[in-house]
Amino acid sequence: MENVKNTWAMRQKKNTIRLFVWTAGWTLSLALATFGPKFLWQGNSTMTVLAIIINLVFGIGMIFANKHHLKGLDEMLQKIELEAMAVALGVGVVAGISYSVMDITNLISTDAEISHLVILIGLTYMAGAIIGRIRYK
Amino acid sequence: MKNRLKVLRAERDWTQAQLAEALDVSRQTVNAIEKGKFDPSLPLAFKIARLFGLPIEEIFHDEVAA
Repeated sequence: MENVKNTWAMRQKKNTIRLFVWTAGWTLSLALATFGPKFLWQGNSTMTVLAIIINLVFGIGMIFANKHHLKGLDEMLQKIELEAMAVALGVGVVAGISYSVMDITNLISTDAEISHLVILIGLTYMAGAIIGRIRYK
Repeated sequence: MKNRLKVLRAERDWTQAQLAEALDVSRQTVNAIEKGKFDPSLPLAFKIARLFGLPIEEIFHDEVAA
């Protein structure tokens, strides 16, 4: 048993750190692309395009890191994560369409913001993952 | 599906963490299998059987059949 000691835990830690690094990079590059044109390079289009490309590169890296992280989980944790993602995707599509219709038909006074949808998906995913872990505890 | 995982583990004086390491899964998964809350896949069940040196049917029991 000693030969395999901590193998899964170590691999998991490495995958989590990799996902954190890519996610942090994506978040920071998103902030750069969002606020850079106003505060750093005063609307220079070339710099803005460059910042968006950097953000896209980090985004692609984050997607692969997330996939790698998911594949590294054991079968029960994969099941929990996939169920949480399925619920988050469903809620995102259904609520997103309803939100968009409410905007188009002027049922809501403000414009529909994509950030609201991202927050909803994120919260739904977190709730799903927590509920899943409690269910199998 | 019921199983004797907890008994077999206790007989060998292993912790859940040690068994999880040997099976290359998380401790939470070992705990869920022991409590019957999660049924392992066939490859994992075979791995468990190999680790304990027993046939699968001596570890896992179909609740309907029992």
